[in-house]
Amino acid sequence: MVAREPLLVASGVSKRFGGVAALDHVTLEVRPGEVHCIVGENGSGKSTLIKVISGVETPDTGTITMDGTSLSRLSPRQAISLGIEVIFQDFSLFPNLTAAENIAMATYVAGGRRIVRPGSLRRLAAEVVRRIGVRLDLDSRVEDLSVADRQLTAICRALARDARVIFMDEPTTALTWREVQALFRVVESLKETGTALVFVSHKLDEVLRVSDRITVLRNGVVTVTGDVADFDRGSIIQAMTGRALTETSPASSIREREAPLLEVRQLGLRGSFHDVSFTVRPGEVVGVTGLLGSGRTEIAEALFGITPAHHGTVHVDGRPVRIRSVRDAIAAGIGYVPGDRLTQGVFLDQAISRNIIAGSLDRLLGRLNLIRRKQARETVEEAASELNIRMSSADDPVRSLSGGNQQRVVLGKWLARNPHILILNSPTVGVDVGSKHEILEMLRAKGREGLGVIVISDDVPELVAVCHRVLVVRRGRITDELVGDRLTEEVILRELAA
Amino acid sequence: MTALVPALRRLPIYRLRGSNNEGVLILSIIVLSVIVGIVAPSFWRLSTLLNISSSSLENLVFAMGVLMVIISGGIDVSFMAIGIFAGYGVIVLTNHTGFGASSAWTSFAIAAGLGLGLGTLNAAAIAGLRLPTLIVTLGTQGIIRGAMLAYVGSKVIPDYPPGLDKLSTNYLVTATQGASSTRLSVLVIPAILICAVMSVLLRYTTLGRGIYAIGGDAESARRAGFPVFGIQVFIYLFAGLLAGVAGMMHVTQVRLANPYELVGGELDVIAAVVLGGASIFGGKGSVSGTVLGVVLISLIKNSLILLGVPGTWQRATVGLLLLIGVSAQALTASARRRNLDAMPETPA
Repeated sequence: MVAREPLLVASGVSKRFGGVAALDHVTLEVRPGEVHCIVGENGSGKSTLIKVISGVETPDTGTITMDGTSLSRLSPRQAISLGIEVIFQDFSLFPNLTAAENIAMATYVAGGRRIVRPGSLRRLAAEVVRRIGVRLDLDSRVEDLSVADRQLTAICRALARDARVIFMDEPTTALTWREVQALFRVVESLKETGTALVFVSHKLDEVLRVSDRITVLRNGVVTVTGDVADFDRGSIIQAMTGRALTETSPASSIREREAPLLEVRQLGLRGSFHDVSFTVRPGEVVGVTGLLGSGRTEIAEALFGITPAHHGTVHVDGRPVRIRSVRDAIAAGIGYVPGDRLTQGVFLDQAISRNIIAGSLDRLLGRLNLIRRKQARETVEEAASELNIRMSSADDPVRSLSGGNQQRVVLGKWLARNPHILILNSPTVGVDVGSKHEILEMLRAKGREGLGVIVISDDVPELVAVCHRVLVVRRGRITDELVGDRLTEEVILRELAA
Repeated sequence: MTALVPALRRLPIYRLRGSNNEGVLILSIIVLSVIVGIVAPSFWRLSTLLNISSSSLENLVFAMGVLMVIISGGIDVSFMAIGIFAGYGVIVLTNHTGFGASSAWTSFAIAAGLGLGLGTLNAAAIAGLRLPTLIVTLGTQGIIRGAMLAYVGSKVIPDYPPGLDKLSTNYLVTATQGASSTRLSVLVIPAILICAVMSVLLRYTTLGRGIYAIGGDAESARRAGFPVFGIQVFIYLFAGLLAGVAGMMHVTQVRLANPYELVGGELDVIAAVVLGGASIFGGKGSVSGTVLGVVLISLIKNSLILLGVPGTWQRATVGLLLLIGVSAQALTASARRRNLDAMPETPA
């Protein structure tokens, strides 16, 4: 690529919150037509940097220069009028309006227009969609669109407002592998038009694949910035964490001779999955992978009694159990960490300590069915130290924690119950590399203690790193079981793409 | 079961359903009319149509305000209190001062102004302080009604100023059946005009789409640059204005200004708006659906009388309809979610 004048420069940006420096003289250069990735652990300042550049936060020092215009502070509206757009993880779309309206309305508002002509509005939206060469049903309400199409809608809306630099926060988190490939094709066509993209991502493989340049943040300081060719996984991780981490480590040995901890036979749920049979031995980590909608989540939810299966049998520790509700599953010793941590796994505004004991209250009851406070406190302390939850006080709300630490609280809630079998749905989505490493390490440790673990994920390196076996689910059936030599990233990717 | 839903969708009836249940409502109205017509042949008279139209028209105007509030994701239970305050207040004011006594236009303008003024209470608390709409409007309902009974008056007034008196007997159509006759007030014209204005406002203006946007996601609306505060102020001021006009229509039609009326009748209007397809979760709703909803409620109440069902059951029936409407919305929402989850991978 020809080196051109930078389009956007943030130079010497500092921002303190209380006594903590969130950003310390950070400089970021974005060139036209490039994909620039910002990587860093949670709390490294990535979000603050985006907020400063998009005008949401005012920096203490430093300037933002866009296309030659230098500003020491700017408002969100100014940022948008300069062509700086941020696509947040929630997309900020209107679920009740059509894709066309979502794309074009903001332009109408910004232009101060009072009358809406549906025809011209749709033409404006269609023109943008054509420009990046994607297919999008403009007349569907956004609530009827898939996550990938919602993301496209958000991208098109940014383009409709003549965005020159688009920031995307964790753009691939909620997408399946194939949708990610489609997104990358859109990214390529955007690059050709000179639009710059800035990704914030945790997924190093994607970062290496899609970006032209990388900036690494650690504790509010840019540790390194440069062309992607100068990086590999190891050097990025080192720059992010300040230590060298091996992402893969050998899985623990399974006690082969022992009887299965969990035995699932011919499990079926009409309209979702059929004839699902597998076993989990003590200490074994079994992966379940498949595309969104393949039935992978439904199998987990059936085992946990959220949507009980219609057919089939489940044995735990050799005893048959009937799982018709979540209570049944818990009583059988099954724990479930749901995929959507924020809405399903945790009480965000409640104290960390309360969240940890929320799943095991029955074990903490003393006389008169009151909670034994001392034992509750011990449970919380045990979980916090075992899971290495970084918090200032167990009485703080979970909301105050970073994504990785929130996930640990959810894990802590289940581990406090000492389950036999723990099912985790996408356990490391939205979690930074350092935390991810620790969570996976903890799963392995739990496996060594004899816990059976089922990991549902489409994060391929993660599956390879942590699982003994991986089951591939396609259209509601287990179509393959990968073990030993076949348990590699290439094979899983091929299976997913098939 | 899963194969049944797409098959059903291809049926013409399903398509007839319309984006806001308009098809279902029209079908319900026809079916109900046929059944009631068979049981009580007196249903097939012009007077029934006029009765339903007369009893619909003030609720229609109330419903336009409520529709706007519900689309924006709120709920209003103060509109009847505003309506009767404005309608009754104008009679008291005009009888006392003689101001504008000869012109019904002036009376309606004052009622609209009173409604607008009372709407500022809601606007201040909801847009300004960002308080929950149900609690705010429940509070203002109490304040407005209490203040009216304490300061404006609590007696039934039979004497109308000449302007309103003349308007109250200005009929568009009269149907005479033996000794009794049923009439339709000219007020039906402004009621229809108000519906037309609301329809254009909601569909073809940035302001109207902004109301839908706020109902869809207020935070996103803010980020997209919609002036959320200004739009909310507009919603509650305009809803207040419409309630004032509707209250004046009511007082004009009954020809007896009774301060104890209207409040308590919120259920009919809210049920009509919800049955008309407006989502109680915000972001959805249409004028055409609301009009049909108002007509359906009015038809049902009228039919119950014709069929000799005791009046006490009317309220229960409307309450039941409201719950049916809300349940239908919740069910379609969860069916939609399930369909989306089962959706195959989007082709690249």
